[in-house]
Amino acid sequence: MLDYGVNNRELFPETKSDGTVDIDLSSGKFVKVWQGPQHPGITGNMSLELTILGDEVMESKTHVGYLHRGFEKLMERRRFINNFPLVCRICVPEPDFNEYCYAAALEELAGIEIPENAQWIRTLILEMARLQSYMMWMGGQAGSLGMGMIGQWVYWARDRVLQLFEELSGARIYHIYIIPGGVRENLPEGFKGRMEQMLQDVENVLKDVDRVLFHNAVFKKRTIGLGYIDPDWVDEYGITGPNARAAGFNRDIRKNYPYAKYGELDFEPIVKKDSDVFTRARLRFEDARLSIDLIRQILAKTPDKGEFKAKMPSMLHWKIPPGETYVKAECTRGEYGYYVVTDGSGYPRRINVRGPSYTHAVTLAEKLMVNVNLADVAGTLVSIHTYPPEIER
Amino acid sequence: MEQIIENIKKQFTLSDVTTAHGTYITCEKKDTVSLLTYLKDVEGFKHLVLITAVDWIEDNKFQLTYLLNSPKLKTELGVRTFIERSVWPEESEMQSAHHLWPAAKTYQRELHEMFGIDFPGSPEINDPLILEWWDDIPPYRRDFDTKKYSEETYYPREGRSTNDPSDYMKDQLYPREGEKNA
Repeated sequence: MLDYGVNNRELFPETKSDGTVDIDLSSGKFVKVWQGPQHPGITGNMSLELTILGDEVMESKTHVGYLHRGFEKLMERRRFINNFPLVCRICVPEPDFNEYCYAAALEELAGIEIPENAQWIRTLILEMARLQSYMMWMGGQAGSLGMGMIGQWVYWARDRVLQLFEELSGARIYHIYIIPGGVRENLPEGFKGRMEQMLQDVENVLKDVDRVLFHNAVFKKRTIGLGYIDPDWVDEYGITGPNARAAGFNRDIRKNYPYAKYGELDFEPIVKKDSDVFTRARLRFEDARLSIDLIRQILAKTPDKGEFKAKMPSMLHWKIPPGETYVKAECTRGEYGYYVVTDGSGYPRRINVRGPSYTHAVTLAEKLMVNVNLADVAGTLVSIHTYPPEIER
Repeated sequence: MEQIIENIKKQFTLSDVTTAHGTYITCEKKDTVSLLTYLKDVEGFKHLVLITAVDWIEDNKFQLTYLLNSPKLKTELGVRTFIERSVWPEESEMQSAHHLWPAAKTYQRELHEMFGIDFPGSPEINDPLILEWWDDIPPYRRDFDTKKYSEETYYPREGRSTNDPSDYMKDQLYPREGEKNA
């Protein structure tokens, strides 16, 4: 039996100038492996069609379509307010960014100013969503490299955030707390104290994760140098968010295009250089800590009482003048945006959701997986933090 | 931004410039890819945010929107172009922009599948992305009726009875004479 190891590179097909190789499946050298849609190492309902030689990936194709619900089409036939139960379901870990982008786009087109108090509460909700999403991702990253215990710890920490979401909105996952014109309610009494308690719990878990994950010899050895994203790809492949920041680009929508109340907060985006799986993991970990710091700043500045909703027209007869706009927000995976076109009727003409995974999971992942070891495919895919429902909506 | 629009106007004909909610410019179909190349290489709009289409069925037109972002100027610019809306099964056609941004490939595949707009030369354009073995009208066109499609494709599960909610509640609350114990 031939050994397709690192020492026998002459057995591998030649790489052409455009980075591809000729794959002759009938030669018997190659094997096709499907990673997903049912596989613990895949990030949701998608699959990778891998062509491997030895245990090295030669070609990867992303297949989506296991979760298509046609939301963009359905939204065209519902009134603006009726779409709120749909938008939050586009992304399970972070429904609040959808709610914010959709509400903000409608407010911009209809020319509605929202009260200051509502802006602060919106910022708080978005940061809480970011924190719990990073927790979920951390469990995925550790789990994909065989460290299931860390997943158990951070999911407990995530649940602490979800408990507070439940107190606030009555729902753990799909909150619909951000609505056009502001938010549903002011913060309940004693909420800020319970938030501080939660933040301390999460900080304690993060201390453990720092020790066990980032000072772990196995994790370091497996991830340093793996899944390198070339800084030249960032613009060409539409890479945004932590993936771009880990490649040395200072691109954070919270800082560069301040929305809600981010302009009044004191923070600096975390930027790193090495652009491999370890750097991206470390950047997200530090971003979660930054998020805790931001929540503390927001809580100190949020007024206890005040107007939380602007005066709105009757929701069932709400007509928005013709126009088009694009509203974006920085979510944990990158740039999340809503492109909304209205035609003066009571229904949206077109809503296009720009999920960051759209470019990351298809074009970038297909390029990134080449020459990766089969055992590292899951870790690499989790490290670019993709989420399929926003690819197919 | 005004300076950039002036620079564009020196080389391309723009039929419409709107600045109400972000800047959007409308150019001719044949100029679109050269304008995108110019914006990317000369004006620094390096990041392609999205490509999408809007179906204006009453005007028999598709609106294509290319949303670009300039990380240096920290601003966004939408490039709109109107192309003819073909009658299915004929496809509308547009030049591909995949040579400028490899990420454009995925957007174009989706537009081909969902709106029936062909981008000749774009890689894997004929491979299904989300829908497999779809032979109906492209579903994001306005004339595709979701209700009719679901009624034709799926059927009510046997053993289930459905009631019109208003009639049902009326019967429950105000049962008619003689039917109460029936």
